[in-house]
Amino acid sequence: MLAAKSISASELMQAFVARTTAVEGRVHAFNSRDEVGALGLAAASDARRAAGQARGPLDGIPIGFKDVIAVEGQPLTASSKMLANFISPYDATVTTKLKAAGAIPWGRLNLDEFAMGSSTENSAFGATANPWDLTRVPGGSSGGSAAAVAAGEMPGALGSDTGGSIRQPAAFCGLVGLKPTYGLVSRYGLAAFASSLDQIGTLTRTVGDAAQLLQVVAGHDSRDSTSLSTVIPDYSAALQKKSRPWRIGVPKEFFGLGLDAEIGAAVQQALAFYRSAGAEITEVSLPLTAEYAIAVYYLIATAEASSNLARYDGIRYGHRTHSATDAISIYAQSRAEGFGEEVKRRIILGTHVLSSGYYDAYYLRAQKVRTLIRGEFMRVFQDCDVLLSPTTPTAAFKLGEKSSDPLAMYLNDIYTIGVNLAGLPGISLPCGFTAGGLPIGLQIIGQPFGEAEMLTIAHTYEQGHSWHTKYPNL
Amino acid sequence: MNSSAEINIEYVARLARLALTATEQAKLSQQLGDILHYVDKLKQVEVAGIEPMAHGSPVFNVWAADVVVAGLSVEEALRNAPEQRADSIVVPKVVE
Repeated sequence: MLAAKSISASELMQAFVARTTAVEGRVHAFNSRDEVGALGLAAASDARRAAGQARGPLDGIPIGFKDVIAVEGQPLTASSKMLANFISPYDATVTTKLKAAGAIPWGRLNLDEFAMGSSTENSAFGATANPWDLTRVPGGSSGGSAAAVAAGEMPGALGSDTGGSIRQPAAFCGLVGLKPTYGLVSRYGLAAFASSLDQIGTLTRTVGDAAQLLQVVAGHDSRDSTSLSTVIPDYSAALQKKSRPWRIGVPKEFFGLGLDAEIGAAVQQALAFYRSAGAEITEVSLPLTAEYAIAVYYLIATAEASSNLARYDGIRYGHRTHSATDAISIYAQSRAEGFGEEVKRRIILGTHVLSSGYYDAYYLRAQKVRTLIRGEFMRVFQDCDVLLSPTTPTAAFKLGEKSSDPLAMYLNDIYTIGVNLAGLPGISLPCGFTAGGLPIGLQIIGQPFGEAEMLTIAHTYEQGHSWHTKYPNL
Repeated sequence: MNSSAEINIEYVARLARLALTATEQAKLSQQLGDILHYVDKLKQVEVAGIEPMAHGSPVFNVWAADVVVAGLSVEEALRNAPEQRADSIVVPKVVE
């Protein structure tokens, strides 16, 4: 539409500003936003296009940022009191790339504090509501990103996914949520939670939009030592290809006890669609993942978090207490005042499992089981191109329903967490609605750096259905 | 694996440089006890001879060229400091 000049970037930006103003009071997806700055960038985009110098399909498109991804000169709070006044001194690599493509950074989006949570209720600045049902959670931790796109406040947003934090909110909000292979997208400028699991990805309305965003943000970056040099294919072009009859594996353990019947039925219908499209469907087994992934995850993720969050000591940046004078008390008291309950819980657990006498029994053992879990996935991939499952065992739950029971909240991540442990790509896309009108997510898990095929398979489903054209009544 | 009952919240909080109230300590003891009880199931897995996996991508020993690159200016680096004076971050006295 922008290329055809049927609408200007400025008109588009004004429309999203107006929509945001209209619905944000009910949704609360943003932590902050700079309307004047965004409109200025839109005008600059229009000037480029008028001069014949448009930078590609994203030039003039507003993109939201989860409030853990740095945009120079803008706040970065991680939804924590600890960083309530922090201003990013530089751009994340994904930000640099999106700006170079002409995209307009539009807003800082709410999350569970430091990305720790599955509901966005653990935000120091208040919970975000699910646009499909304002009494329910949008999922998390990228809940602000998901709610903002679902509510029509922006066409796409970046999130981060450590155990399902993009795919689960995408499922709860009826969106496409893409978590790339570990190492495909640079983590430079992402506030670290669990560095061996964190990966930046996208929340969009369609698979095609996800492909376009991934095209821009993917690629090697020397400032992230875990970023991999790999050839980046043309993801959008790949969507149009049908390489071969796909071999789709269905992990039988992901359809067991605890799976809501409506969600199971919707995923079975998606399987029937692929079967009729010529795919070969095989039942596969991931017994170690199903039984142990959550335990492994909560040991490794909390251990890494306790180490990563040690930097918040009240000295160089972030909150500093006024009620202590010696160094150790300043650290301990600043952290006590700056961090919320879930963050404290994970720091304590992570410190415990790394401490002398417990390291081998917990952390090292978890890392070994992680090796077995990755091996289990790689064995299954010898006979399958992708795996297909529900994204979540239930649809969006009520605000407050699980916030008092951390273990119940953790168990909600059962289908997504193995993907992070194994470093695989995963995508969630809408595959129906419950009788109560809540979106249902279908998860497709790809092979390492198999984004092109995974996106193509997702796109094929999307082309045969109309779930992605539905909007919530707000 | 050590029993989950052995978590000493006061000791761990001191290691983590995190001041906790008595109420927080009591709540965390109970919740972390539940979580540690849950993760105890990893004891069932045979891991003899298995290498630990540190992260999800097969890269090791990444080196960078030893060249000077531009960084933040002093002003930019100090912009988020809670207390500063004369191009420095103000810290409490640590040497008597």
